[in-house]
Formats: sequence, C-alpha cells, structure tokens
Amino acid sequence: MATGDRRPVLEARGIVHAYSGKPALDGVDFCLRAGEVHALMGQNGAGKSTLIKVLTGVEPLQTGSIILDGAAIRPASTLDAQQSGISTVYQEVNLCPNLSVAENIFAGRQPRKPWARGGGIDWKQLNARALELLARLDVDIDVRRELGGYSVALQQMVAIARAIDISAKVLILDEPTSSLDSGEVAQLFQALRKLRDRGTAILFVTHFLDQVYEICERITVLRNGKLVGEYPASELDHAALVSAMVGRAVSNDFTPAARVAAESSQTPAVLSARGVQRQGGVSRVNLEIRPGEILGFAGLLGSGRTEVARLLCGLDSPDDGEIRLKGVAVTMHEPAAAIAQGVSFCPEERKTEGIVDQLSIRDNIVLSLQARLGLWRKLSPQHRREITDRLAKQLDVRAASLDMPIGELSGGNQQKCLIARALAIEPCLVVLDEPTRGIDVAGKQEIMSLLIKLAAEGMAVVFISAEVEELLRVSSRIVVMRDREQVGELPGGCSEDQVYALIAAPAASAPAGNAA
Amino acid sequence: MKSLFRHSLAWPAVTLILLLGLNAVMNPGFLALAWRDGHLYGSLVDILNRAAPLALVSAGMTLVIAARGLDISVGAVVAISAAVAAVIIGPTGNLGFAIAGALGVALLCGIWNGALVVGVGMQPIIATLILMVAGRGVAQLITGGQILTVYYAPYDFIGNGYLLGLPFAALLAGAVIVLLHVLLSVTPLGLFIRAIGINPVASRIAGVRAQPITLCLYAFGGLMAGLAGLIISSNVKSADANNAGQLLELDAILAVTLGGTALTGGKFSLAGTVLGALIIQTLTSTIYSLGVPPEVNLVFKAALIFLVMLLQSPDFRATFKRLPVRPPGAEKTS
Amino acid sequence: MNAAPVAHGNVTRRSLTILGLDRRLVPLAGTLALFVAMIIFGAMSYKAFLAPQVFLNLVIDNAFLLIVAVGMTFVILTGGIDLSVGSLLALTTMVVAALIEKAHWNPWLVMLLVLAGGTAFGAVQGFLVHRYRLQPFIVTLAGMFVARGLCYLIDTESIPVSNPLLQQLAYARIPLGGRVAISSGAIIAIVTVAVATWLAHATRFGRTVYAIGGSAKSAALMGLPVGGTLVRVYAFSGFCAALAGLVMTVYMLSGYSLHAVGLELDAIAAVVIGGTLLTGGVGYVAGTVVGVLILGIIQTLVIFNGTLSSWWTRIVVGILLFVFCVSQKLIEKRASRASAPSSEKSK
Repeated sequence: MATGDRRPVLEARGIVHAYSGKPALDGVDFCLRAGEVHALMGQNGAGKSTLIKVLTGVEPLQTGSIILDGAAIRPASTLDAQQSGISTVYQEVNLCPNLSVAENIFAGRQPRKPWARGGGIDWKQLNARALELLARLDVDIDVRRELGGYSVALQQMVAIARAIDISAKVLILDEPTSSLDSGEVAQLFQALRKLRDRGTAILFVTHFLDQVYEICERITVLRNGKLVGEYPASELDHAALVSAMVGRAVSNDFTPAARVAAESSQTPAVLSARGVQRQGGVSRVNLEIRPGEILGFAGLLGSGRTEVARLLCGLDSPDDGEIRLKGVAVTMHEPAAAIAQGVSFCPEERKTEGIVDQLSIRDNIVLSLQARLGLWRKLSPQHRREITDRLAKQLDVRAASLDMPIGELSGGNQQKCLIARALAIEPCLVVLDEPTRGIDVAGKQEIMSLLIKLAAEGMAVVFISAEVEELLRVSSRIVVMRDREQVGELPGGCSEDQVYALIAAPAASAPAGNAA
Repeated sequence: MKSLFRHSLAWPAVTLILLLGLNAVMNPGFLALAWRDGHLYGSLVDILNRAAPLALVSAGMTLVIAARGLDISVGAVVAISAAVAAVIIGPTGNLGFAIAGALGVALLCGIWNGALVVGVGMQPIIATLILMVAGRGVAQLITGGQILTVYYAPYDFIGNGYLLGLPFAALLAGAVIVLLHVLLSVTPLGLFIRAIGINPVASRIAGVRAQPITLCLYAFGGLMAGLAGLIISSNVKSADANNAGQLLELDAILAVTLGGTALTGGKFSLAGTVLGALIIQTLTSTIYSLGVPPEVNLVFKAALIFLVMLLQSPDFRATFKRLPVRPPGAEKTS
Repeated sequence: MNAAPVAHGNVTRRSLTILGLDRRLVPLAGTLALFVAMIIFGAMSYKAFLAPQVFLNLVIDNAFLLIVAVGMTFVILTGGIDLSVGSLLALTTMVVAALIEKAHWNPWLVMLLVLAGGTAFGAVQGFLVHRYRLQPFIVTLAGMFVARGLCYLIDTESIPVSNPLLQQLAYARIPLGGRVAISSGAIIAIVTVAVATWLAHATRFGRTVYAIGGSAKSAALMGLPVGGTLVRVYAFSGFCAALAGLVMTVYMLSGYSLHAVGLELDAIAAVVIGGTLLTGGVGYVAGTVVGVLILGIIQTLVIFNGTLSSWWTRIVVGILLFVFCVSQKLIEKRASRASAPSSEKSK
C-alpha cells in the first residue's frame, strides 16, 4: 500500500520538550497523513506520551513547530486542539458515565430549539444526530440510555463519535485497546477502518504488537526521546520493530531448545501457581519459584508482568487457578495476608503505591513489619532504629537523616527504602516490580548485586524489569510475557536474542506456554 | 516566617496566647487564680472546665479525620448519651449503671457509623449524617420529649465536682487524652492512622489493615461523644435532647482544624486539637466578657475557619507564590 | 467489509437495567412507590386524609423547604453540599424584617436586594470551592456560621412584620376551584420547581451540572465550563435560600435569627429521599419535590395520629435516609461491577 504520497495532515518538526530541565523529547519529527492509521511505538520513557501531550495541547509547545493542514498551530489546551481538529480518545474513557450516550457525544454543543419554541435543548434532534453519527461507525445502540451501562468498547466508540463530530481531521487513540477483549478490538478496528477510508488521519498508540500489524500502515518508533525512524508496516517485521524500540539487533530465529525450562531442581517450591488468571489481567499463569532462585519476568510494557505480580502478592484476587505457598494452597484477598505468609511486594508505581510520603524514612521502612506484628507488639525504639539503620546501610540509602520525610528523597533512594520495607519482614519470597526504573547506573548495579546476595542466602526473588540485559545478569530463569499471556520460559544462561525473539514472536508462532 | 510554619503547634499556641493576652489586658482579673473552699477559682479554671467536653469530642474527631474520615453525628450522640444517663439515673439512682449505659449506647452509635463507612462503603459525611438526623429524635424518644432534670449529687460531681482542687471534668478529659496519647505511643496505632490518611493505597500494599482500624476510630469517636454527653448533662443538671451538644460537631471540626490536623487526612496532632478546643472556649469567654451578644461568636468562628482552610489550601498559597507569572493553562481543573 | 450493525442492545455487556428501568430512574421509582404507599396508608387510616386541601397544605406549609431543596438538588448533583442554606434563609428574614420594619425601605427594593445578596453569598462560596479546591462541606459550614452570626448582629429578638404589602401576601389565598386555595408562597415554590426543572433538563448549564457530577475530570476534558458552572450552582442555591427566606418572612410574618435551624438537614434529606445520589450526577428536581412531600406527609401522619410524638418525624426521616443511602450504595456497586473502570470517580 503506497501511503507515502498521501497528503500530510499533521506534521511536527523538531519538537524538543523538557520537564523541569529533563529532556523528554529531543528533536522529534513526525508526519501523519490523511486516510492512514499510523502507529506510534516506543518503550517506557521513549517520549510517546509527551509527544501526544504536545500535539493535543496538554503540554505547551516549547521548541519546534506543529503544522496542521499547512498552517502552524500552537494548541494551548485540549479544547483548543479539539477545535482546530485534533481529537484524542484515551484508554480511560473521558466521558461522563451518568449521561446518556447521545448527551456524551454532544455535551457542551447540544442543539437547541429556536427561542420561539422555548430555547431549550432539542432532545429529538440530539438523539437523531447521535444515532446517525454512531451508524457511521456501524454501532447501533439505544442512544438515550446512560453511557455507564455499556461496555468499555462501546464507550470508546462513543468517545470516537464525539471526536469525529467535532472534527474528523485527526484522531489520536492513546492505548484504546488495553482493556478490550478480542471481539471488542475487532469491532473497534472495523470502525477505525471506516474512518480511515473516509480520510481521517488516525494516530494509534498501543503496546500490543500484533494489533499494530493488523491495522496500521506506517509505524513511527521513538526511543529515549529521539526519533528512531518512520517505516511502512509491511517493511518492518516483528523482530525489526522490537529491535528499533529497544535499540539493539534482535534475531528472528530462536531455537526452541533454548526455551526448555531448567526445572531439574528438587527443592520444593516456595510458591507455585497453577492456571492462575484474572479477567482483564492475565490469562493462565503457571509458575514455580524455589528458594535461592531469581525468577526474571521479561516482556514489553503492558505485557502483563505487573498483573502477575499483583496476583502473587494478594493485591488482586485471581478469578481462577490455585496459588500454593510452601505446598499449601492459600487464598490471599489482602496484601496483609501475603505479608503474613512472608511474601512481600515492591510496587512499580513508587509515588502512588509505594511511599507514604509525609512519613519518615524509618516509618516507611518498618511499616510492613509493624503491620505484620500487629497493634500490640510495637517495635521498641532501639529495635526500630537497629532495623532501619541496618537495612538503610545494607541498601545504601543516602539521606541526611533517616528521620526526614521519605518524600524528600530522590527516586532511587525512595526505591531502596521500599526494598528495605519489603526485606524488613524477612520474607521467603520478595517480588520486585521494576525496582531499577528511574535509578542511575550505579544504583541499578547495587540493587542487582543485592538480589544475587539475597538469593544466595536462600530467599526466593521475583524480578520484573523491562531491561532484558539486567534480567539476564541476575536471573536463574526468565519467564516471558506478551499480550497478557505467559509465552515461554528461558534458562538463566540464555542470550538476549533469545529473550527478544520470544518477546517479539508473532502470535501465530508463539509457543503455547510453559510446559510445566 | 517559614520556621514558624514548621512547628505544627506554633500557630495554635500563638493564637491561644494572643487571645489570653487580649483578655488579660481588658480584664485585669482574668489571669488571677484564687484558692477558696479548697478549690481553685478563676477564669482560666473556668475555661478549662468548660472546654472539657469539646476537647474530648475533638480528640475522637482528630483520629477519625486523620484516617480520612469525618463524624458529624457527635452532637446527636451527646444528646443520646445524656438522655440515657438521665433516664437510668432518675428511677434507679445507680450511677455506675447509668454511666455504663450511656457510654455503651454511645459506643454502639460509633460502631454503627463505622460499619456504614467501612462495611457499606458510604462516604463518611453521608454515613454520619444519618445518625445526625435521627439521633436527636432517638434522644427525644428516650427522654419522652421532656427536658429531664437530674438532681443526684454523685452524678452532679462529673460536671461540677472538684478533685484535688481542680474541676473534675477537666481532670477527666485530661486523663482520657493523656491515656489516648499513651496508647498512641505504646502501640503503632498512630503510625497506621497516619499511613492510612496519607496514602491508603500504599498502606494497603504495605499490609496495613485499614478496615478494622477505621471501624475502631469511629467507635472511639462515639465513646468520646458519650463521655462529653455525661459531662454536659451533669454540668447543667439536665438532659435536653434538643439542645445538648447543638453544633458540637462543627466546633469539634474547627478545633481539629485549628490544631493543625489536615482535613484531607494524614498529619494529626492531639496536642494541637486540645489547644484548638481551648482557643474556641477562650474565644467564647472573651466574647462574653466583651459584652458582645454571645451569638456573634459564630462570625468569629467562621472567620477562623476561612483563614485556616485558605492557609491549608495549596492552590491558595500558590496564588501568592507565583502571582507575577501564571501560565495560561495552570488553572485547569484536572 | 461487513457493514452489519455490530452492537445491538443485547450485545452490550451487562447493560444495566433493573426491572426494565434505566438505572437513573430506579431511585426515583423507589421514591414514588414510597410516596404512593404513604398516601394509601394515610387514606386507609384517616378519613380526612384524602381531602385536596390536605395535599395543598403540604405545599403551602413546606414551600420554603421545597425552594431550598430545589437549590440543594443542583449542588448535590455536582457532588457538593451546601450547609449554609438554613442560616442564609434566616438571615434573609432578618434583613427583610429589619429593612422594611425598622428602616422603612421600599419592600420591593428590599426583596430584590436580598435576592441579589443571597445569590452573591452563594457565588462566593462556589468561587472558594472551585478556585481554591476547598471542600464544599467546610466552605458552606463557615458560610453557615457567618450567616447565622450576622442574624444575631442585626437582632437577637424576633422582628414582627406589619408591612401591609407583606401582610397582604401572607393572607392572600388564590382559589383553585372547589373549596381549595393556595398561598402566594406555594405559587412561588411551584414556579421555582418549574424553572429549575427546565434549567436541569433543557439547558446546557443544567446538563453540565450533571456532567460534573458524573466526572468532573471528564467534564473538564470535554471542554465544559466546570468552574463557571460550579460558581453558578452555588449562586443558584444561595438565590433559592434567599427566595425561601422571603417566603418564610411572609409565612411567619417575622424575621428571626432562629428561623430554619437545621433546615439544611431537612433539605438534604428531601433531596436524597427524592432519589438524588449524594455522589452526584444522578437525580431529578421532580424527585426532590416528591422527597419534600414525603417529609411533609410524615409530619402530617404524625399529627393525624395524635398519639405519636413529633420526634418520630426525625427518626423516620433518619431511617428513610439510611434505607435510601444503603440502596444507592448497592446500586452503585452493581453499576461499578457492570461497567468499566473508567466510571470511577475522580475526587
């Protein structure tokens, strides 16, 4: 399909953007043409969301230019961008669930009756126009019903209908498929194709590689705030796409032998999961984690790594399947239950799920331990000091004083405190979700050395990271996730190529999962 | 300026001292203390005595607010507790039974509130609104719509008696608050409450069981209101279902706020709350001594609320910090 | 390409209806059922209960509550609350009585003045809520103190009203045929209800109110004027409180600082019993009318009974509040299970 000769609708040239001095985008060029679906791809921190924020007026344009239909624009707000013709539909539908479908489409722009007839909102015309608009997307629902009663997929459609009614020029879809099942995705794509055929330029952001190939004609890849390139989808296969995203060569041919799990060990598992799944989370996870082992989780952002961790640590309850701790089946509806069993979790979202920011570093470190001890066994001041001093030293937490609020620490030091909190309960299994994210090189090295030391002492460790190189350095085994499924397992000594090959493998040739 | 802001007790303490100073200037006898009939007399003692019920209720409210809650039913619970005590003591004359009954019913009220918040998952203001509306009706039901007068010397002692020369009510409130303080320091309860109030999600992930703790806090709030009900009814020798504890919930919230506890939860100060309660009582006394109609007190309280909440609002402070350069998109509500 | 429609009603995942009703109508249906049940109970117990004048008296005696509750409905629809209305009402009665009786101002001018004043009072509260993101509860609580305190500053005693115009308004009864008649206050209440219904359902302002209650964040992202609407909602509530104050001055023929103590609670109760969700976004002005009538009927039933004491009114109102709040919560839980995580509220 020759799309290169189509008319450019939206162009961004030399976009440079920094958040309080830290560069997020560094001279990115981007071009969206009429009647195409264009994928924007990149790892975490590549600059995708910053680019979208600049294009849609959420972030003010700092350097560079945005050209819409040949004229330079500077959208000052989302409303401003919308009025000039750039609409965005987010993963989390930004509509009002309590209003009717039709109202959501026309909120703020409701057709009104002439003053002679009262000047009120013309509900008949409103509903008729909504019906007509949705019909253009092949959706036929009762537009007078409240939006919240419909599925997320239909809500997305309504959001799209609202967007194209304002302007059908440019439509940006930011991870619209994250919470949709496959049928709903098909429905969405059908609507997108119709829009594309009518000339709308669609920018599609997703983590699902297969979907990119299903709907997109061209792919723009960002990495570390820089443009890697723009490619026709037909000329960039899975492996090439992944290697463009991660910045290293990935070979497409992996040897199935490499995926044989190294499960010869006879020690009983600390934790085993059989067929554990959760709707909207992950499907059918099978795992065994032994003492002294570091189990790595590899996969792209959104592949389901965090979801598995949440199931293992009692943050979410599985819909199905069985989790055994030291051979005993357990149900953990609360993180407190997992902690009581010696399973501790170190979350990826430091600010919102990890630190309790106005509390002191010491309080943050002992929080889990104290919660496990309960209300009547308070740590004595000396004991508390000993524990926190020891852990802070062990993890090399750098702070003027351990009594200062944790919120005043740097991200890396906050992370170390959270690991300290997880270790304070002397767990048998510790699950670390992206513990090295946003930390400098030396800090990463320290954390990884620590993991190896912990495992050597007999602890079981689950280590989740987007950096395959890190995983390989410390993991005894590596579980690979893709599109919310466990797609395979590799032994510790494997090569990066093997991991990436499994991460990038198209669905058709994906192995059916771990044999165990 | 900044260092003054730093210590959480600085502001309420300065406010209280200024108020007391104002009184001392206008009424030279204000600070005087005298020893008569084996009791300590003076305006300061009077303020301590009268602030006791408010301090108790505010102490309970402090913990509820610290854990991101709110209890607007305390005034009604005061009325219920007073009614129960009066009804039991009238015919039986059994003081212990009356106290146990009143406190028991108040505790049940608190548990009811907590169950609605924790069990049913209602917003705290709505959950406690129910008891606020129905509570006074229940109190009237108990008293039969009468203002029950209680002439029973031992009961009278709770609100009007003196122990070691000091008013018993003030001693009682002081003892309860000190006990609470001890409880908060020998158990990790304070840590848990702060953690729940600051970041409920992170606290849950860290293994803090918020639900039973929150339930206990509401129960404790109810108990404190019950105790306040005993003191108030004993003080005026009657149980008035309509007026006992009227607007007490608002005074308690004000005392908590004045004491430096954030209404959004997290940081709290029991000592600050006690200062807050004393400020409110001193303000009331001041207005009495100024000869202004006492009801105008409300306007002063309102002014205090506006001041404190604006100072606590990050958006308000931001207005003054970056008044010259305000980026156009910054006012977006997100 | 297959152009067949893909999503008929039956395909919609767990599309939420209860007994075939749209979820938004369920609370209102409950309210209506309760109202009808109470009328039937009343009619079966007391012969005089079904007299038309009994029903008109419900409106006449609760006209001020009805007006206040209508304003409160808008505030609660945005997810807020207004505790200042009772005090503002009392302040209005005081200002009217003082200016007309003591300062001998023109009554019409005074009425315009207090309406403007009430509106401004509410607008300031709305501004504080919106601009500094203060909690509506605490802002209007302070507003309540201010208004009540100002009352006492004017006078701590009741000021009787003897102005001929107000007297005339007070005793005027507009016959409705048969032997029933209605008061001026009731007419004002009915007009207020009509205007408010139109505002809520036929104007962009009204629909924005609902949108804010559904999700303030989404409303802002949809480009709706969230801030301006919030200010106007509190201003409208202030206006209603002032209007109710006028009605009460005429009804009582006095201005008094202790008028309408606790009225805000009755208004909130009426709104909730009328089927409006306290979390915002769902509810109808018509429901509030029924809610006020239910409160009135409870009172009437207690009076008709003769042996029941007045405090039963409060207890029954409390029980109704409990039942309605718990069932709202249950409906909400069903809805959040059924629909997307996107329907989560941003607070």
